[in-house]
Amino acid sequence: MKKTGAQILCESLVKEGVEVIFGILGGAILPVYDTFPQYPQLRHILVRHEQGAAHAADGYARATHKAGVCIATSGPGATNLVTGIANAYMDSSPIIAITGQVARPFIGKDAFQEADITGITLPITKHNYLVTDTRELAKTVKEAFYTAQTGRPGPVLIDIPKDVQQEKAEFVYPEKVDLPGYKFVSRGHSVQIKKAAKLINKAERPVIIAGRGIIISQAFGELKELAEKAQIPVVNTLLGISSFPGNHILNFGMMGMHGTAYANMAVQNADLIIAIGMRFDDRATANTGGFAPLARIIHIDIDPAEIGKNVPVDIPIVGDVKNVLRAINKGIELREHLDWFSQLDQWRYEHPLLETRQGDELLPQYVIHQIYEVTKGDTTVVTGIGQHQMWAAQHIVYTKPDSLISSGGLGTMGFALPAAIGVKVGRPEEMVWCIDGDGSFQMTIQELATITQENIAIKIAIINNGYLGMVRQWQELFYERRYVDTKLWNPDFVKIAEAYDIPGIRVRHREEVIPAIQKAIDHPGPFLIDFFVKPEENVYPMVPPGESISRILEMPKPELVSSY
Amino acid sequence: MTDTKHTLVALVEDKPGVLNRVASLFRRRAFNIESIAVGHSERPGLSRMTVVVNGDFAQVEQVRKQLDKLINVVRVSDITGEDIVARELALIKVKATASTRSEIIQIVDIFRANIVDVASDSLTVEVTGDEDKVESLLELLRNFGIKEISRTGRIALTRGGVA
Repeated sequence: MKKTGAQILCESLVKEGVEVIFGILGGAILPVYDTFPQYPQLRHILVRHEQGAAHAADGYARATHKAGVCIATSGPGATNLVTGIANAYMDSSPIIAITGQVARPFIGKDAFQEADITGITLPITKHNYLVTDTRELAKTVKEAFYTAQTGRPGPVLIDIPKDVQQEKAEFVYPEKVDLPGYKFVSRGHSVQIKKAAKLINKAERPVIIAGRGIIISQAFGELKELAEKAQIPVVNTLLGISSFPGNHILNFGMMGMHGTAYANMAVQNADLIIAIGMRFDDRATANTGGFAPLARIIHIDIDPAEIGKNVPVDIPIVGDVKNVLRAINKGIELREHLDWFSQLDQWRYEHPLLETRQGDELLPQYVIHQIYEVTKGDTTVVTGIGQHQMWAAQHIVYTKPDSLISSGGLGTMGFALPAAIGVKVGRPEEMVWCIDGDGSFQMTIQELATITQENIAIKIAIINNGYLGMVRQWQELFYERRYVDTKLWNPDFVKIAEAYDIPGIRVRHREEVIPAIQKAIDHPGPFLIDFFVKPEENVYPMVPPGESISRILEMPKPELVSSY
Repeated sequence: MTDTKHTLVALVEDKPGVLNRVASLFRRRAFNIESIAVGHSERPGLSRMTVVVNGDFAQVEQVRKQLDKLINVVRVSDITGEDIVARELALIKVKATASTRSEIIQIVDIFRANIVDVASDSLTVEVTGDEDKVESLLELLRNFGIKEISRTGRIALTRGGVA
């Protein structure tokens, strides 16, 4: 039977097992929206800005390990998705972005709300499509879901002209895709795997750098087996956090610009780096010129183009992390590395991270750590970008696999709130904490309406220091305290929440922190806490931009007086 | 490592926007394309693209791998070190007068090039060969005054059996 393009799209989404779509409508996508009531199994969540739809789809994808879908109209609707698509691209998150386009006869005529969205998103999508033939629509959706979710995941955009949505065609959903140019290697090369195992077995000072690839591949057990069997310390990239238990004796925390001193020291003194599912981002490696000077490097990644892109490697292994680790683990001998660990433990003792000051002012590190203490880690944390994000990376112990969701590569302020919506929709039983900065929060604050309309029970913690804090920190440290345009006038976030029918509370003092967090947890719906924290607190340790990760700025010592 | 000229040959799907995807990738990864030539291949639905780029081995290898990731790129190889046949076609419109015309024709003959158009004040020369040959002919013709040049850029195949 013939169906309209809009029906074909919906049928195809159902075939792909889609349950939720985040979006906002407009003229060029109306035929699709008009069809939604025929498909009650597709839940549509109406956002307030398309960027929110893309981030929510991204959060959903990260939370569920299946493609997140967002939808928007042509022109400004489509261009508003761009930041969210770029964010998903940088962090290898599988989202499907569906955009309406002006009808085919109008394409290229600068019609009302026309934008060349396939041209615009060319460098920030894994692939994109402009569907000009209704008979190709089902096949296109099939290909889009396949490419987005396999190999190195990533965003795929499908641009559908309005008259294609309206035109009728025969609906046949293809069983298979035919993509001669699309390939990925999922099993590592056996010779390379043998070489890697051999190197691991004879290493004296090995370090594992665990990246987001482990989470994508869900290779938690395999990573743990390797680390425990060969007794190798594990450090994480930002997005690798929660790939390995935070309370594990072998976990040495995050590396990089705001990594622990001992994680960076481990990397810099290692004789072997086993880099797993990570891409040697400059925030993790700092200046690559001075990176891990003593180490040979094994690099495991599913994307061959990541091999040797930023750092030369000795043993590249292209393949799915889970498969590769399984194969490597077979050749691993039991080791102890006692000397290496006594050195590492000394560094850990000399350069503690989980220490902060007692004082009158409310410290953001304390606040964030208490979220961990009160929840006992049984929560998924979603962050925005900036100081609060780094503190959330440092001061929460991620004991549960896959429990931190953050914008890493693109560093998109405004990610937290809409992403947390997506995470909560994807993990309805999970407690979801959205930890955001006052600057970051205001970039997508309008999604509070989405939360209320859809009753998304997330807990929002605003780490409010009245500044664009991370930028202010850079101004303090590298621009002689010239705080140009980083001071924020803020609205009353509790009243804002109230206006959106979300209960909220302001916290100014240390003793109010735990009760407030408990109150948020006890409340069945969404809840907001506005934490007024010390305005000029810095994130330490810090490797100054452009420097080698050996040059670590730590918190000025006299201030370190007590632990939590 | 030093920069050298690399020849990449790619088999790409014959679909709208593919040339744009390839060109966009070069731009995004900050690579200059020296020349790019594309046309139908022996397989229906697939085109063969020859791209000449400057860079060291690691850079070019990075670009090759990035190209290979494009869904519409079926296969891509850097054939620089291999035994290849590489050719370029150039059309050169050169000023000609009654007194210089025969001299130009002699030069064209030596290069086994062809005169493809004759006008009262110019000759249009068609030359095929590697870049050196085209450059040498151009050098000689420059003395007469060149009005216009159009070059295809390099196209290349490896010698012998099909890989």
